[in-house]
Parts: sequence; structure tokens; C-alpha cells
Amino acid sequence: MKLKFETQKITYKDSFTLYSGREIQSCEVAFETYGQLNKEKSNGILICHALTGDQFCSGINPLTKKKGWWDILIGPGKIIDTNIFFVICSNVLGGCMGSTGPSTVDPKTGKQYGLNFPVITISDMVKLQVKLINSLGIKKLFAVIGGSMGGMQTLEWASRFEKKVNAVIPIASSYRHSAQNIAFHEIGRQAIMADTNWKSGNYYGSKQKPKRGLAVARMIAHITYLSESALQRKFGRNLQNSKNFSFNFITDFQIESYLKYQGSSFVERFDSNSYLYITKAMDYFDLSFRKGGLTNAFKNNDLSFCFFSFTSDWLFPTSETKTIIKSLNTSNAKVSFVEVKSDKGHDAFLLDEPEFHEILGGFIEGQIIKQGI
Amino acid sequence: MKKNLRKDLILISELINSNEKVLDIGCGNGNLLSHLMKIKKVECRGIELSQTGVNECVKKGLSVIQGDANFDLKDYPDRSFTTAILSQTIQAMIYPDNVIENLIRIAERAIISFPNFAYWKIRRDFFFSGLMPKNIALPYEWYDTPNIHLCSIKDFTNFCEKKGIKINEFLYLNEEGEKLNDFMNNIRAYQAIFCVSKK
Repeated sequence: MKLKFETQKITYKDSFTLYSGREIQSCEVAFETYGQLNKEKSNGILICHALTGDQFCSGINPLTKKKGWWDILIGPGKIIDTNIFFVICSNVLGGCMGSTGPSTVDPKTGKQYGLNFPVITISDMVKLQVKLINSLGIKKLFAVIGGSMGGMQTLEWASRFEKKVNAVIPIASSYRHSAQNIAFHEIGRQAIMADTNWKSGNYYGSKQKPKRGLAVARMIAHITYLSESALQRKFGRNLQNSKNFSFNFITDFQIESYLKYQGSSFVERFDSNSYLYITKAMDYFDLSFRKGGLTNAFKNNDLSFCFFSFTSDWLFPTSETKTIIKSLNTSNAKVSFVEVKSDKGHDAFLLDEPEFHEILGGFIEGQIIKQGI
Repeated sequence: MKKNLRKDLILISELINSNEKVLDIGCGNGNLLSHLMKIKKVECRGIELSQTGVNECVKKGLSVIQGDANFDLKDYPDRSFTTAILSQTIQAMIYPDNVIENLIRIAERAIISFPNFAYWKIRRDFFFSGLMPKNIALPYEWYDTPNIHLCSIKDFTNFCEKKGIKINEFLYLNEEGEKLNDFMNNIRAYQAIFCVSKK
């Protein structure tokens, strides 16, 4: 795939077998690293991005020219200090920022996969991350950190690759996608598929992309990332341009304008088919569904966990995190959990939340002493 | 570290053996747990209701969950710990009986400390002033106190007898945190520490 920006890449020549049993040939992973790997290779931190995130978690994103999505936390002298740590962040399998996904050219056909791309799972995404970590020569990561879908990946690491990581930090996440979450995703997918430009996923060659469908999907999802009180505080019933109602269907309210902006800026950087595949992967995620349930998922686990949830997050509410903790209480895992007071909803994990940052920093400091780096 | 630790907590820490697995319920800022972890190589877990407390603990590298002992203890399996500690907290529980029974279920033994409400100064103050007693351990007004289930040493020992709970060890302390002998303990003791288990 030809990219409009520079990023590191590794291609795996052997076939990559998915959870579904299907295979991908020449699977590629695009990633960024920040800081230096130490001699002992013990200071590696893997950052797992959320649904619409990418590998550019720190510094400037070369595509959007904006700050990386977690630049507030990651960088020299920051909470995740790249003077100390070697930070790795890869674009997920199924993504559209360089890792193999539906917009990648299928080596078999010479055309972009589109809907011929196999359906992937969170577990497949993590499997590719494990390959990457192995390629970088890291036997055991200092920590795996992620929010939302990134948090699901951290839990997958804890469940299946517990020997390859010391500390796991799931933030605003869950062990499964709830019925309500699946419902919102399905609306988003239907919006994309209802766009006539989507053409059953075969739009890569045409000038017209399913931008309207994807924008609507983003607008719906964006509401779920906020909270009622944050929306009210930020926008209220304020009008966008005039003092009076327009009495037609142009943008009246500020909230309408805001959502439209969110939708239209998103479609410039994201692929509609990737959105379909990644949301599906999230919907399929359920650690409790596996044999032995949630308790078995973390059995004989000697990891250190630090969970965070946010009071106003209704997409991944605190109760979901508490369910995981109940299961972890029955294993030997070292678990810390904090519910951070915030009215910013699910998005709080990406924003300036001093309390969250302070505790995260404290946990990492404790781990530095424990792991001795 | 030790000199910053409350005297009753030092006495509790002396009851803990090295390499135990300890759960501190209402662990506050984690001073006792970090002391135990450093001095006795104890494997520690904590539950704390207040966010500031949890923050302090996590910053110290402790494994602490934000939770409420009134409701969250039932989620722990039997015998997950060697010792469960409940220091100066039992009087603030909604269901102290339930909490105590959970403690000796999830741990082999429970160490419970509380202010003795039958301490002679409390009796004296109540007798002469006719007002709800206050002291350093019980500093609140009647209307804003979290201490809704205060008890005396006698209340506690009667409770243990009634519920068939075995008292393995006990310590009675004066206001300075010094150990007292058993003589008229329910009048002389300002605080008590009990180590209990299932019969």
C-alpha cells in the first residue's frame, strides 16, 4: 500500500492465520517507536490504540499535522517518559494507516481487498503485535497500555501472553462489548453501507468515496464518547450563526455544527471498510465467552494490573471494570483500580485529566522500582 | 517509615509474620501496607473507599482497589489471604457483623482494631456533659459522624461468643498507644486490637 506519510513497517512472509481460521499472506504491520530500547531490552512499553487511532501516539501526526492522539501522556519528560522508555505503537490489523487491512492490495488478485478481507478479531490484532514485539527482540514488555479498544487489547495480552508482559494498564475498557455498544456500532456500519458510494466495499478505484456514510457513523459514535453533562456544558442550546432559528434544515445549533465537523474531518483520514472491520472486531470481543469464563481467562496470573474507569463514561462504565476485578480477585494477580471523577465521558482517557495522569504516573514509578529499570 | 506509622498500626504490623498474604480493608493512604511490604516482605492487597486514599496507595506501588467493604468483600473467594486487617473501620460499617464474617471467610484470621466506647473518659464525659462523646479517635459531631456502629470491648467479645468466633489474641491500648494489661480492660482501654478466626 502506498502511503502519504513515512512510517516504519515490517512484512511477515509466512501466512498469518486468523482466529476465524482464514489466512492472510504477507501481513504487514506499520508502527512507530519513541525513545531507545535499553541493553536489557526491559524498557519496552506497547501502546494500543483505540478504534480510530493510529501508530502516531506522540509527536506530530504526519497525516493530520496535529499532535499525536496521546501526546499529552507520551514524550520526553512526560508521564510515559520516552527518555526512560522505548514506546512502541502499531497500527492495528485491519487499520488504514499502513498495517494490512481492507484497503491493502491482495497479493492474490492485485486489487485492494475490500470486503474480501477476512473478518478479524481483537485476538488477531494482538497476535500481530506479538509478532512485532518478537521482531524487535523484546522478550518481555515493561507494560502494555491502552484505552477503549486499546484496553481490550491489553486484556487480551494479559489473558494469552501473560509471560510476555509485566504490567497491564486497561483504561476505560471492558472484557466484552455490551449489547448497547454493539447496537451503536451496527448503526454506524449501516450508515456506511447505506451510502451509495460504498458499492459493497468496492470504492477504492472510484473518485467518490462513501464519505457521507462514514461521517454519520463517526457522528453517532462521537456522541457515545461524550457525556450528557459535557455536551450541555460545552454547547447547551447555543445557536451557531444567528440569534434566531433559521426555520429550515441548515445548521442551527452549535452541537450540530460540532458533530458535522467531527464527521467531515474524520473521513479525510479514515477508510470506511476499515471502520466496518474494526468495529466488528470490537463487537466480537468477549473474554468471558471463552472456556472457563472470565475467571479462567486470567488464571494463575502474576501480572500487575492498573485499571482506570471514568465516572461519566457510559460506553464502558465502571461496572464493566468491576466485573473483571471480581474475576482477578480469584487469581493471584496484583490489581489496582481507580474510578476517576470526570464529566467528560469515555473520551476522558484522551484528555487532560490531572488525577488520571498523576495516578498512572505513580503506578509506572512503582513498576520502575519493582522491575528495576 | 516506622516512626510515621500510627502506634496501633505498628502493633498490628507486629502481629503479621513475614511472607503472609494480607488484605487491608480501608487501607487509607497505604502506610501500613507499604510498611508491611518493606519490613516483612508481605504480599499486600488493599481496598479503600476514598479516591485520594487509592491515589496515594497506587503512587506507592501498592495493589489497591477502590471499593466499599460493606459490599465488595463478598466477591473475594474463601481463604484468599492469610490475614485480613480492619483497623479503626468496623465502627463505620453498615453491617459490621456481615463484614466480620466475610473477613474470617476470605482470610485465615482477621485483625480488627477499634476505639473502645466504654473507655472511662467517654463514660465520664457522657455522664457529666450529657453530650455525645468526642475525642481524638472519635472527633465527629453526632450528625456528621461516619461512626454509626460504635462498640465497647465487652460488646465485641460478646459478639464473638454469640457468633462462635474464636479470639486468638487481643491487645488493649491506652491513649498513648501503649499496651495495657487485662485488668478492667473495658474501662481502662482507649483502643483494642483483636485477632479472630473461625472456630
